[in-house]
Amino acid sequence: MAEKIGRVPVREQDPKVRAHNFEEVCYGYNEEEALLESSRCLNCRNPRCVQHCPVGIHIPEFIAQVKAGAFAEAAAVIARDSSLPAVCGRVCPQETQCEGSCILGVKGEPVAIGKLERFVADWSRENGGVPMEKAPANGIKVAVVGSGPSGLACASDLAKLGYDVTIFEVLHKAGGVLQYGIPEFRLPKLRVVEPEIDSVRALGVKIETNVVVGRTVTIDDLFDREGFKAVFVGSGAGLPRFMGIPGESLNGVFSANEFLTRSNLMRAFDPSSDTPIFVGKRVAVVGGGNVAMDAARTALRLGSEVTIVYRRTEKELPARAEEVHHAREEGIEFRMLTNPVEVLGDEKGWVRALRCIQMELGEPDASGRRSPVPVAGSEFEIPVDEVIMALGTSPNPLIAGTTKGLETERHGCIVADEDGATSRPGVFAGGDAVTGAATVILAMGAGRRAAAAIDAYLQS
Amino acid sequence: MYKITRKNMLTPTICLMDVEVPRLAAAALPGQFLIVRARPEGERIPLTICDYDRSKGTVTIVTQIVGASSRMICALEEGECFTDVVGPLGRPSDFVEIPDAELRGRRYLFVAGGLGTAPVYPQAKYLHERGAKVDVIVGAKTADLLILRKEMAAVCDNLYICTDDGSEGHHGLVTEKIKLLLEAGETYDQTVAIGPMIMMKFVMLTLKDSGIPLVVSLNTIMVDGTGMCGGCRITVGGKVRFACVEGPEFDGYAVDFDEALRRQTLYRPQEQEADHKCKIGRN
Repeated sequence: MAEKIGRVPVREQDPKVRAHNFEEVCYGYNEEEALLESSRCLNCRNPRCVQHCPVGIHIPEFIAQVKAGAFAEAAAVIARDSSLPAVCGRVCPQETQCEGSCILGVKGEPVAIGKLERFVADWSRENGGVPMEKAPANGIKVAVVGSGPSGLACASDLAKLGYDVTIFEVLHKAGGVLQYGIPEFRLPKLRVVEPEIDSVRALGVKIETNVVVGRTVTIDDLFDREGFKAVFVGSGAGLPRFMGIPGESLNGVFSANEFLTRSNLMRAFDPSSDTPIFVGKRVAVVGGGNVAMDAARTALRLGSEVTIVYRRTEKELPARAEEVHHAREEGIEFRMLTNPVEVLGDEKGWVRALRCIQMELGEPDASGRRSPVPVAGSEFEIPVDEVIMALGTSPNPLIAGTTKGLETERHGCIVADEDGATSRPGVFAGGDAVTGAATVILAMGAGRRAAAAIDAYLQS
Repeated sequence: MYKITRKNMLTPTICLMDVEVPRLAAAALPGQFLIVRARPEGERIPLTICDYDRSKGTVTIVTQIVGASSRMICALEEGECFTDVVGPLGRPSDFVEIPDAELRGRRYLFVAGGLGTAPVYPQAKYLHERGAKVDVIVGAKTADLLILRKEMAAVCDNLYICTDDGSEGHHGLVTEKIKLLLEAGETYDQTVAIGPMIMMKFVMLTLKDSGIPLVVSLNTIMVDGTGMCGGCRITVGGKVRFACVEGPEFDGYAVDFDEALRRQTLYRPQEQEADHKCKIGRN
């Protein structure tokens, strides 16, 4: 009978209302909804969802606890494998991972695993959290560079094993991309991110903010002067890319990184913040990934009229379907098969328009995607006074450039094996610093594998 | 927390502070900068490192009140703390790579405009201590706005003061003084200009035909200071560079100053509004 119930819909803020505020879009399940949704899980003997979770959460086990109304027990099951469940329940691409492999999805809709994870995490936080079990302290110092998803996951696992872990964070707040990249309306900072980071601190992990590894201290200093026995580098992919077209240095052209950092980390959307943010009348956001959606929806909430410009078609949009859907609902305009060729300025050097060319899909390229080709003579202008470039990011070269013997490949990514081991003994790496920009959960998975490898390295 | 161990108002609008940041003080080199936040809601403000004391674990910063955030910084008192201080950021000056033996006898001319005196000081000091010949031109609107005069005089061979109103030293602009020195037959291996963007532009124009290399230090808009935002991007030799991680010092002859000047005005309307509100709140 379980499969007869459809997936329990989740309540969301009205698109017309939320287009003008930074409150969370999705309200999540209440107890009643969570109980009902959890009853749909078949508790498969050979659960495909677990195999497709990058951190291997025991999904049917936690859902069974939800079904029994034992929410604290459900939270304890998740906590064995994830230190950031309230984050992952909100930002994971479940549709391509756990939910994408759910057997119920073959004929109908998969179990809403993400929404259940979020419910359990939120319930647990509001009811005192999960008591953490950890091994006795072994006094061995491990340094983690970067307090984003990979660093937090690595630090948590190492702390549970008894290591003395210090995270060094370059910004003034811990969280990495959870703080500077993902907007408040998808991932509330005070209510969700900070308590989750506090739970990592509760394991005994120290977080030192305002430390630029590579400048304030080097990795060699950490080994030679500060007595660390291993280092995990989870420094992310923070360098913004630009297109290299004329006019990109005009006043009013921003990287999505700058725009989002001002709004998210610096809270420029809040009148009590001292940090300014540029609010154009009409904004073009260039790109089709999650960051493009985040930048577009942030600009919209600040009061701009927003168009997303993307060179392929809707089918190829790399953003999660849910984000695209939300953006459309809120009134973002999409211009597909459109590629900027120049940013045009007025006589004072401020943006006045984005000159674009129409594209059409040509032959499939090496990746199997049909690559867009320009249509000759189809250039046109979109009148805008602000352009936000959301074209992806690359790893920061600072650490690789100041650490002897740390190999990188030509895109600047640190070379590491499956377990995070780099070319330098004792130095491990994972997350976007190794793979280039990817997802929160893949970075967490890499952090966990590296923690296991660091443990093996230090015990051998 | 980052405690202010000393505060001096150098002029009614310029304050000097020593701040406890042991890790930063241990790593700082001439040419680098840091970022402070004066309060939890504060914006990240880049400031040049004026001096550092590795044994005390302090760095010296100099701030001029130009808007709401700098006003807030200067309102902090001795014994109070900054919410955040991070650094050192940026690349050190190229000369820190030169062996001391080679620095000895090299002739440097520094041109400091207004608050630019603060970042020139550690550079002049570093070179002077290693036996280089250092001349410094300091320009200010008026004698009352001159800072670090005694300190600078102690770390250079010749200190030339210029004031716009003639209240001290040469009556006129730093560029005129540069011309006078060159006409008098002075020769230099390297010139360095640090000050308002417009001053650096005119120093560049003045020195363009001299054949003497010129380094400038760019004080651009930035958020994180670590290469993440790209707000600091400038064009140098036709290429887009990030001042925060590839600078702040660049070849003065290759910088597109007109673009850099324009980009500095990006948030001016918001800044003026913020300063206005701030003053209402305070007075």
